Amino acid sequence: MTAALEVAVTRRIGEFELDVAFTVESGITVLFGPSGAGKTLTLALIAGIISPDDGTIAINGEPVTDVARRINVSTQERRIGMVFQDGLLLPHRTVIDNVALAVRQARGRHERRSLARGWLERVGADGWADRRPGSLSGGQRQRVALARGLVGDPALVLLDEPLSSLDSAVRRELRALIRDVLVSSGVPAVVVTHDAEEADELGDAVIEYHDGRVTGRRVVARPDTPAPPSAETDGFGST
Amino acid sequence: MALALGGRQRKAVLLAAVPVGIGLGFGVAHLLSGSIAYWGVVSGPFWLSLRVAVPATVIAGVTGVAAGYVLAKGRFPGRNVLEALGSLPIILPPTVIGFYLLEVLSPGTRVGGFLTRVSGHVLVYNVAGCIIAASVAAFPFCMRAARAAIEGVDPQLEQAARTMGLSPTRVASKVTLPLARRGISAGLTIGCARALGEYGATLMVGGDINGRTRTLSLAILDSFTAPEKNTMLLILVLVAVTAMTGVGLLGRSRA
Repeated sequence: MTAALEVAVTRRIGEFELDVAFTVESGITVLFGPSGAGKTLTLALIAGIISPDDGTIAINGEPVTDVARRINVSTQERRIGMVFQDGLLLPHRTVIDNVALAVRQARGRHERRSLARGWLERVGADGWADRRPGSLSGGQRQRVALARGLVGDPALVLLDEPLSSLDSAVRRELRALIRDVLVSSGVPAVVVTHDAEEADELGDAVIEYHDGRVTGRRVVARPDTPAPPSAETDGFGST
Repeated sequence: MALALGGRQRKAVLLAAVPVGIGLGFGVAHLLSGSIAYWGVVSGPFWLSLRVAVPATVIAGVTGVAAGYVLAKGRFPGRNVLEALGSLPIILPPTVIGFYLLEVLSPGTRVGGFLTRVSGHVLVYNVAGCIIAASVAAFPFCMRAARAAIEGVDPQLEQAARTMGLSPTRVASKVTLPLARRGISAGLTIGCARALGEYGATLMVGGDINGRTRTLSLAILDSFTAPEKNTMLLILVLVAVTAMTGVGLLGRSRA
């Protein structure tokens, strides 16, 4: 079975050095660790926002980054969906336009908006379709961001601390929603968090980060996942 | 009542308000001066100024925003030197700009002869010359405002758009430029004002030919030697203030 994501990269920023290697095959994989461990940097490398100093990244077996072979597929061609910490919705566009803009698989405006509306319904955000992001609460914005991350038929979804800016009640509610939506969509996901409870509630597998290295991995046993997905590290920290 | 209008309706009202406001400006000015005898003297330069300022603002706006985008996003040496070159029309005396434009555009010069053959038109001492002079004068205001506005757009939003599958061109058209529109509108407003008030370069390139190239700004000088000068000045000031207030309102409504 082809892995959904294979990562083996190094990247130095000042005194900090990231040196990680892991594989994601399916389900939700959580990158867990303290702030400054390199989790968000790893997502930026997978998304192609930053280039590694060395190493390779492959999505569904296709290399998108390979420093030795000078392969660096642009961010917009990687077929990823991304949910950012504070949503990063485009403030000048309505909610539905934000989501419709991320549709890759449809050409016509009507079809794009129809797909967008469908995803907004799935995340419970269709009631705000015509509002601007500035008028939404943090939780509402993250629902829209989740729809925007999934609407483009991505091969992989990356979620960077999607709940960290929310209060605890909304966070609990959205945790369940995010897990339900990701599991039902069948799209492999990588979620970054520094919250241990969140890691266990969201993830099928947890990869532990510390100081730019992978220090461990574990599979989370849960009844709603028929076949346990795997997230394997290819040696802790070596590339 | 106005608050209940939607965004498009508000823009439509503002668009209609500009010509109405200009007309009111004329009317009030005439009432204040107690005479409408000078309409014929003023209306020609006024309409010519609009014929010059509108296309000049479009030309300076398109080229200025493009240049501002390249300066804001490009990573190449000499960006600041390029910006300084593009800003020369602000720094140099307008007559110097006019002199160089004459050198470039006159059919008798090498470059001017080539441009005249290619365009099929003489580009000096006519409206085309006035438009070129006003465009050059307005360009740096549009360019500098666009650069500042584009640099002010949160790069994280542009990154987010790239993760949505948008190409760099679509990121520019769907994210960067719409988010920079307030600053760009301000630059266009100032550029339009500059084009409307351009004097020195227009005089050099267009001449001061009554009925052909005498714009509002040139007419002001002529009014100093005419008995109707007070009326002329009052009308010109009111028209300019009304027009620029309208343009400013439009800029804000788009932001």
